[in-house]
Formats: sequence, C-alpha cells, structure tokens
Amino acid sequence: MAIISIEGNAKQLVLTVQEYSLFAWRAFLNLFRPPIYVVDFLLQSDIIGFGSIPICVLSGFFTGGVLALQSAATLASFGATAVTGRFVALTMFRELGPVLTGVMVSGRNASSMASELGSMVVTEQIDAMRALGVDPLRKLVTPRIFACITMLFFLTILSDFMGILGGAFVTVFMNHQNGTQYFSMAWESLRYPDVIQGLVKPLFSGYIIASIGCFYGLKTTGGTQGVGRATIQAVVWSSVFIIVADFFVTRIMLFIFS
Amino acid sequence: MNTLPPSGQSGQNIVLTEETQAPVLEFQHVTISFEGPPVLSDVSFTVAPGETRILLGPAGVGKSVLLKLANGLLRPDSGSIRLFGEEIATMPEEQLFPLRKRIGMVFQEGALFDSLTVRDNVAYQLIQQRVADEEIDERVREALTFVGLEETFSLYPSSLSGGMRRRVAIARAFIHHPELLLYDSPTGGLDPVTSTTIIELIVKERDVHRTPSLLVTHRIQDAFTLCTHHFDKEKNAMVPLPKGTIDLGTTFLMLDEGRMLFDGSLHDLVNSSNDFVREFLE
Ligand SMILES: Nc1ncnc2c1ncn2[C@@H]1O[C@H](COP(=O)(O)OP(=O)(O)OP(=O)(O)O)[C@@H](O)[C@H]1O
Ligand SMILES: [Mg+2]
Repeated sequence: MAIISIEGNAKQLVLTVQEYSLFAWRAFLNLFRPPIYVVDFLLQSDIIGFGSIPICVLSGFFTGGVLALQSAATLASFGATAVTGRFVALTMFRELGPVLTGVMVSGRNASSMASELGSMVVTEQIDAMRALGVDPLRKLVTPRIFACITMLFFLTILSDFMGILGGAFVTVFMNHQNGTQYFSMAWESLRYPDVIQGLVKPLFSGYIIASIGCFYGLKTTGGTQGVGRATIQAVVWSSVFIIVADFFVTRIMLFIFS
Repeated sequence: MNTLPPSGQSGQNIVLTEETQAPVLEFQHVTISFEGPPVLSDVSFTVAPGETRILLGPAGVGKSVLLKLANGLLRPDSGSIRLFGEEIATMPEEQLFPLRKRIGMVFQEGALFDSLTVRDNVAYQLIQQRVADEEIDERVREALTFVGLEETFSLYPSSLSGGMRRRVAIARAFIHHPELLLYDSPTGGLDPVTSTTIIELIVKERDVHRTPSLLVTHRIQDAFTLCTHHFDKEKNAMVPLPKGTIDLGTTFLMLDEGRMLFDGSLHDLVNSSNDFVREFLE
C-alpha cells in the first residue's frame, strides 16, 4: 500500500515537473513574441513592485542590522570590528538581498497570483477568456512574468541598500563605531563580480515566482478548496526553487569570475 | 402539426439554407472521458446554418462538456469535430483562437470577469482588437440595450443579480455578431419571469440575425417557447406563432448516459416512443 502510494506520488511529481517545464518554456517564448500586453504589464508592475516596497525596506533594514550585530561580536574577538561594513555589504549584495527579497515577494505575490488565477479557473473565467479568443498564457502569465522580473530586480537593489543602512544604524548607534569607516569599507569591498552576481539572481527568482505562481493557479481543480491548495503549493515551491536556483547561480558565477 | 405552413419568413429561409450549405458545426463519433467511464460516447450531430438546436438531458450527463468540445475548450479522446468546415479536434490551441472569436458563448454561471466593469466585460473582444473607445462605448450601449440593462454600464458584476449577470453574459456573446452561438443553460436557476426575458432575447437573436445556435436547457417549457414563438420586429416583442405552426429551424437533441438518444424535430420529440424521452417530457 505504502509502496503503491510512493510510486503514485513519484509519477505525479514527474508529471508535474514535465508539465511545469513545458509551461515555463512556452511562457518564456511568449516574452519575445507579440502581442505584448503593455497595460497589463504596467498594472502588474504596480501590484508587484510598489506594493512590495514596504516589506523590502523593512526586511532589508533589519537583516542588515542583524548582520552587523552578529558580526560585530565575532569580529571583535579578532580585533577586526572595522570590517563590519565590508561584511554587511558583501553578504547583502551577494546573498541575503536577492534571496530574502525573492522569498518575501514569493510569499506575497506567488500566493496572490495562484489564488487569483485559481479563482478564475474555478469560476470558468479562464475558459471564458479562451472562448473569447484570448490566450490566457499571453494575457495573464506573460505580463506577470515580465513585471515580476523587472520589479524584483529593483526591489533587490532597494533591499541591498536598506541592508547597508540597517548595518550602519547598528554600527553607529548600538556598537558606537565610526560610521564613515563603515561606509567606506562597504563601498570599497564591492567589486563588479559581486554586484553582477547579486543582480543576476533576482532575474531568475522573478521568473520562478511568477511562473510557479501562475502554473499552480492555472492548474487549480476542485473549487475553492483547490484554490487554497494551489496557493500553498505555489508559495512553497517558489520559495524552495529560489533557494535552489540561488545555489546554482552562485556556483556558476563563482566559476565564471574565478 | 405534421404538414407545417412556413412560419413567416424564417421557415422558408431554413429550407433553403439547410439544403445548400455545409454545416456550421459537425460532431462525428465523438467520445470523451475524464477519470472513469466516458462522459460522451460516439456522439454525432450537426448544426446547419440558420438552425437552432436545443440540447436536452438530465443534470451531469455532459451537456456542458459537449458545448466546450464545440469550441475546443476541451479535446475529445476520439472522433471528429468540424467547426466552420475545419477539423478542430486536433488543432493546436493557437490556431483555435481566431475560430473562437467567431463564436459567442454564454457559460452556465455567466463567467463574467469580476475584476472588470460590465462595460469592459461586454467589450472584452473589442478592447483586445483595439477598437476606438467611442465606438466601444456606443456598441456596448447598443448590446446592453438589446438585453435591457443600459443602467449597469459602469457597475461591477458582483453588484448584479444572477439574472442580470446572465443577460450581461449574453450581451458579451452577442456584441461581435458571432457566426455561431453556444448557450449553456441560460435560464438555469432563474425565476420564470427572468427566464422568459432571456428566452425572448434568444428568440430575438434567432429571428433577427438567424445566427445558428446550440442551446442547452433543463427547462422543457423554455424549449417549447422557443419553438412556438417568433420575434415580431414591428411590435418589438416575442409573439406566439399562429396555432398549429412551429419554428422549423428549431430542433432537438437529447443526451442520456453519454449517448445521443434523440435527434429530430419537436414533432418527432413529442411523438417519440422512447421511454426515456417520454419520461423527460413529463
Ligand atoms: N474538467 C472536468 N474534469 C473532470 N470531470 C469533468 C470535467 N468536466 C466535467 N466533468 C464530468 O463530466 C460529467 C458531465 O458534466 P457536465 O458539466 O457536462 O454536466 P451537465 O450535463 O452540464 O450538467 P448540468 O445540467 O448540471 O449543468 C460530470 O460527471 C462531471 O463530473
Ligand atoms: Mg452544465
């Protein structure tokens, strides 16, 4: 019995992966083929981008702050508190900025995409759209992917800088160290490879968030309960994939720039 | 009732077109199943130009599935579906979009876009075609007037009643003058007065534009109304046909347990010897 269900689950998983890959590929191709729905893109950018600014500001600031707190104690034991700025800036730009922003936006927007499209599926609005001769993949999915990639890029930059500010706040007001030194350390430590690595990651995360959110939304079956399930799946899998993709992008970037 | 005098201009039209033109929609040996036994098996029928076909059948028999097959929203497991002379059973989705634009479909629950106003819902296709705003407004008002809902122009679907939503859905299906109409239970779950209003709209569309259509209904009285009434342009209202005459272009299909049990005129239907048909009519 258990074995049968494992086998069933494995089959299900392989099927889902296959379906998703096809979906993701078609959605990707649509990014470069007309018709491109500009109005929908702007609308989604507003929802995804501007709506996410507060959470990115807050999470970025406090992440930077906590990095400074944690590192100051450790660095002090080596007598190296002066490099706090460098530590915070590098960690934010290379890792925590992109990953945290990705996960935050995924919690906010992968879920909203899945539930919105899921509700449209169960109320036959997707069928109605197809019946009216409009491709939901182009009309709904492509603008979301476009908007998510673009906005996540800028949100990540915002989050990076908020992190450095948060670190500065802790360094100056709580650890009572020199702010100028902190900022100059932070500035000097950033090299092109670090910045590029940090800015390539959100491109992948943005694509993952929107494509997984829309994929589970459009795959919804089974009424309102199904919408709930789709939302959970979308958030869980997009968050996991962001971290997995982060690992591989880091590996590739380190290889390219070594 | 057997030797029918032509019912106004409409009856004659039918005789002409039926014989000279290819069907608008043709199902041949269509079978579809989801998990479990087939929902439809070996279903064949046609919709000729100018013809209105009423699809009857008990709940859950696959009427909605059949309508969704007709415009490629679902794919059959086997069999052939020809729409406007083109085989759509195996046609890629991209090629289906232009064909679907020529069809108007009214979904069972209306399926209005709840994030858009009534105007944007009705104008959905025109907006996609980038028609100028003034023209859209004008055509939407015209379509809403047709269904008697001018005042809902800038409302959202969530603030409409069930019957109003159904009528907006009908306006959305009518606005671009489709070449085929698919109605899924347009009167389902509505009170008799609202049902009659909607049937009147359908009769009006049938007699004014002679758009071929496929209509699903549970309400046998609606089906009879469709057969025994026509739209009088002068009075701008639906009026009964003279006694003993029926609309010849309106015929019946009946599904039971996945099979097409009956295909014929009202006359054949009421005189059918099939037990299931008799039971359904009572
Ligand atoms: N997308 C789907 N996936 C799985 N099963 C489906 C799907 N659509 C329909 N079915 C099944 O097909 C059968 C027929 O459904 P359908 O909606 O066509 O019935 P119907 O004749 O329209 O009923 P009603 O008169 O209540 O609207 C049902 O048993 C339903 O469970
Ligand atoms: Mg139905």
